[in-house]
Amino acid sequence: MKGIIGRKLGMTQLFDEESGVVTPVTVIEAGPCPVVLVRTLEADGYEAAQLAYEPVAERKLSKGELGHLKKGRTGPHRHLVELRGVRELAVGDSVTVEVFEPGDRVKVSGISIGKGFAGTIKRHRFHRGPVSHGSHNVRKPGSIGASATPSRVFKGMKMAGRLGGKRVTQLGLRVHSIEPERNLLLVRGAVPGPKNAMVEIREDTNRGRA
Amino acid sequence: MSKVIESLEQRQLRPDLPTFKAGDTVRVHFRVIEGQRQRIQVFEGIVIKRQGPGARETFTVRKQSFGVGVERTFPLHSPKIDKIEVQAIGDVNRAKLYYLRGKVGKKARVREKR
Repeated sequence: MKGIIGRKLGMTQLFDEESGVVTPVTVIEAGPCPVVLVRTLEADGYEAAQLAYEPVAERKLSKGELGHLKKGRTGPHRHLVELRGVRELAVGDSVTVEVFEPGDRVKVSGISIGKGFAGTIKRHRFHRGPVSHGSHNVRKPGSIGASATPSRVFKGMKMAGRLGGKRVTQLGLRVHSIEPERNLLLVRGAVPGPKNAMVEIREDTNRGRA
Repeated sequence: MSKVIESLEQRQLRPDLPTFKAGDTVRVHFRVIEGQRQRIQVFEGIVIKRQGPGARETFTVRKQSFGVGVERTFPLHSPKIDKIEVQAIGDVNRAKLYYLRGKVGKKARVREKR
């Protein structure tokens, strides 16, 4: 298992010098991430490494957080993320973008762009009703159930509500290239979240997927 | 835009391109890869628009081919473009010449600047 924490900077496109093919890429500024804590089977029941990201002023953290980071022999950092299944790291190690190579399959997790209170068309891909001939059923959800039987609305009925702002993992992405001097990781395609949002990049080990 | 992305795009920009704008007549020498062979195809016509920022900029060329209007959009900074020759500088009053699409024959011309 490989992984790193970073910040999504935005998207652009890159030309391939030889073939001229244009590739859409997401630019992620990732690491360096010091390892703060190693979870072991004996002590914690699972294996993981806890990474810190983004150095921050000491006054911005609580004493508890500072003490935890001090134990991990690192300075104040804003974010902490655990990577499950990491065995090869020890406290004091640092993870940089160099753990990835161009062509690696990765999955990227982040908090998706919040869309607020959204209707059923946007939120659940409902169809809309007719817009003419006196119809008022343009963006309404339609029927949400029957009458006296069951005389209630079933749980889980798709309705309007909050959309986005949830953790989303995009699978099957590929590393386009890395730039260790600037801690940049370029991933082919789009990743969840707005610009300047935190993203977690993990190795995608699911080989069965396309 | 982020400074980092700007610098990534800066690297992709081609310094060897001539300046041209909508209304100009250009010859675009475009590299076409057919299996193993590579040849250069020339597309000549009037530029009807330039669109997009930085390395993502594209331009659209329109020409009449056997009586049919043909438009082709090229990424301006594509390495597939061998060269661009500016044949004539047009005298036009707008940045996007979509009105040419509705015109045929003599009316579909653009006055040349002198």
